[in-house]
Amino acid sequence: MNIFVCVKQVPDTETKITPTGDGSFIETASIKWIMNPYDEFAVEQALLIKQSNPAANVTVVRVGPTKDTEALRTAMAMGADDAILVETNENLDSYSIAKALKGAIAKSGKTADIILTGKQAIDDDALQVPQVLAEMLNLPSVSVIVGFEVSGNAIKVKREIEGGALEVYELGTPCVIACNKGLNTPRYASLPGIMKAKKKPMTQLSLTDVGVSDSDRRVKYSQFRLPPEKPPGKKFEATDPAKQNDVVSQVVGLLRTEAKVI
Amino acid sequence: MDFSLTTEQREIRELANKFAKNEMIPYAQEYDERGTFPIDQFKKAWELGFINTCIPSEFGGSGFSSVDSVVISEALAYGCMGMNTAFMANDLALLPIVIGGTTEQKKKYLTPFTQEFKIASFCLTEPGNGSDAGGIKTIIKDGGDHWIINGSKMWITNAGYADLFVVYGTIDPALKHKGISALIVEAKSEGIELGKKEDKMGHRSSDTRGVRFNNVKVPKENMIGKPGDGWGIAMSTLDHSRPLVASSALGGAQRALDLSIQYSKERNQFGVPIAKHQAIQFMIAEMGMKVEAARLLTYKAAWLCDQGIRNTEVASYAKAFASDSCMQITTDAVQIYGGYGYSKEYPVEKLMRDAKLIQIYEGTSQIQRLVMARELIK
Repeated sequence: MNIFVCVKQVPDTETKITPTGDGSFIETASIKWIMNPYDEFAVEQALLIKQSNPAANVTVVRVGPTKDTEALRTAMAMGADDAILVETNENLDSYSIAKALKGAIAKSGKTADIILTGKQAIDDDALQVPQVLAEMLNLPSVSVIVGFEVSGNAIKVKREIEGGALEVYELGTPCVIACNKGLNTPRYASLPGIMKAKKKPMTQLSLTDVGVSDSDRRVKYSQFRLPPEKPPGKKFEATDPAKQNDVVSQVVGLLRTEAKVI
Repeated sequence: MDFSLTTEQREIRELANKFAKNEMIPYAQEYDERGTFPIDQFKKAWELGFINTCIPSEFGGSGFSSVDSVVISEALAYGCMGMNTAFMANDLALLPIVIGGTTEQKKKYLTPFTQEFKIASFCLTEPGNGSDAGGIKTIIKDGGDHWIINGSKMWITNAGYADLFVVYGTIDPALKHKGISALIVEAKSEGIELGKKEDKMGHRSSDTRGVRFNNVKVPKENMIGKPGDGWGIAMSTLDHSRPLVASSALGGAQRALDLSIQYSKERNQFGVPIAKHQAIQFMIAEMGMKVEAARLLTYKAAWLCDQGIRNTEVASYAKAFASDSCMQITTDAVQIYGGYGYSKEYPVEKLMRDAKLIQIYEGTSQIQRLVMARELIK
């Protein structure tokens, strides 16, 4: 069984973001990169499948610059068998990334049985790659899954919907599954794992190798800007009991008309 | 000259940082308050490979360099200096076996620590002998086919949980340093009596006790080296362990610095964040300078150890400078936090209490200066 896990490297959540001068992306030089947290659930799920099926091979795939290979190395230190890196310094759109991932999986020479991803990346929050990839590969896909079990030749997944209810899907392989928080608890990469990861193979491919060119771009980024600063909060003085009724109706009014939350 | 860590060391540090952030910091305050031994953290840290970093790979260890172990210890001490003391104590106890043990001793006593979670304690200090370690009064008597230990040890880290003790005693007090010998003692041996857990100012989650040895019989083959080799082994152990202890102070100091920077940007006085006031800026600058200098000394002391170059002098610089700096930096952190800093609601008073111990254990700051002077004025 071949499991592919698509991972993205995203800025650490504590990073201070600065847009580049031309607005096409953000300054990346001083960013500390981490594996996209939703992708950690995907890696963990792949490793859980491998635990009950030792013949399974877990390959992690990433599209991005080589300078920092943190996410792939972490995944291998957690227990993935090998990695494929499609090198590019461009800030690609979801379509190009999905195409690159498809090309990388094809280049691996292995037939994918299960492709796991995070449901979204926490940097651009596009929520598109798993679905686009599944469409390109003509495979069934389910996203936002919080439950996963293999039953015979089928895979049963649970998916969260509005109001906390769960939908249950049964799919055959191959398929694309996008993972949500709550699916599992990602393990730490152990120190022996880090040592072992050094010896695990990492294949490097170019965009050309995986058949992606400029003509695949569907979205051009031009105006990365910081969100406007939040205006300071309003304070209401209500220490005088006689005035409290007025203050409360004033606050309720503002919550209705200004904040529009009630 | 290259000051950068290897890719692998950076990954190790990342992992240790993550562990400190998720598994240690959230519990540090409560464990300190209640004096809870961090057994869960200890086990988890062992599972991830953070414990017993001194065990060579041929005996099942990870084969970490001294620099690697300093990287780990700094990151874990950032999470909690007290918990890190418990973790580090295993290395301190196993180092004498790594340094002076025979292959059989290493196989018998080091390898099990890599296969299952076990705790070890280093027993050197006595109620009447701290800095004057040469004046040990615990007696090791030749009982024919075994050794017999009699005496009391004090301030023994992890004693209440130990599976193994490495005990220093003397075959004859009149021989002074030349009589000191080291024995590997299994905790289940008859005649070992544990004192009550000490109620300490800081490092409250680490388990510290007195240990009494009453006619404890130890197999002949459990002596590390020959009778009288103990002093040399203890000194060599300290050369290895001082960079580790320095890195613990370094981790605590870095935490105090980071918290001070964060708080000084949030706290407003006179209409601006206090970070805008030069008085605060100067304190923070001083902290940063000392942290960086302590780090350079600590890493150099570890690096020398890895190169097989005698590091006694630099290890003492590192241990004294890092722990003295940690004391100053954590005290200033409390000052920057002001009234809040003095409250247990905030994390910095604990750092200040924890810092104090690092100036005392593993050779006081004063003993370090004696070592330095001895090395300099030879």
